[in-house]
Amino acid sequence: MLKQYETVFIATPVLSEAQMKEAVEKYTKLIADNGGEIVHQEDWGLRQLAYPIEHKTTGFYYLIEFKATPEFVSILETQYHRDERIIRYLTVALDKDAVAYAEKRRNGKAAKPAAPVVEEAPVAEEEIPAIEEEEIESND
Amino acid sequence: MAQENSEIRYLNPPTVELRKKKYCRFKKAGIKYVDYKDPEFLKKFLNEQGKILPRRITGTSLKFQRKVAQAVKRARSLALLPYVTDLLK
Repeated sequence: MLKQYETVFIATPVLSEAQMKEAVEKYTKLIADNGGEIVHQEDWGLRQLAYPIEHKTTGFYYLIEFKATPEFVSILETQYHRDERIIRYLTVALDKDAVAYAEKRRNGKAAKPAAPVVEEAPVAEEEIPAIEEEEIESND
Repeated sequence: MAQENSEIRYLNPPTVELRKKKYCRFKKAGIKYVDYKDPEFLKKFLNEQGKILPRRITGTSLKFQRKVAQAVKRARSLALLPYVTDLLK
């Protein structure tokens, strides 16, 4: 029984484009070889990291959605761990809501590839009621 | 008693606090999955230091607060959000 997963990895920024492609190929091949199937791939390109990792401030992000057996995840993560090009990785199992969201996200991206996905919340910023301050004033 | 009450005059009109009722934005908007890949959205649930805001301020329901927390933590580990910072917004 195949389960749907999603994995994001960050590769070091020192890689050339060809090297990056090679790394991606390695993992897509690994998934295919272990009886998995790739649902979707996404290249986020070079991104600024929120904090330095291994003295690096940028990294290549790559997202792969795939279906595989649960046993495969540990194989994949071992490979990530041994790979010096990968500085960070995360693999997440997708539940049914997540699968629905991923599909919607994919289709949304395909429809308008240029526009960045901005999830606009219809709600305005929450107003924080300043209860405590009022209380302090009344004590005086 | 009721009459007496009506005779009381206030110098200033008594301030009646009308606080807007908080609500869970996920339930209202029908969002079922909180995505860790969207740091801009998750920033709504963080304070300036990048800490997760409590439910009593955001009004998020418990079910989604757990999901938000999970998503924020995933985003942090992928360096999409900082663990500690100043002036996030």
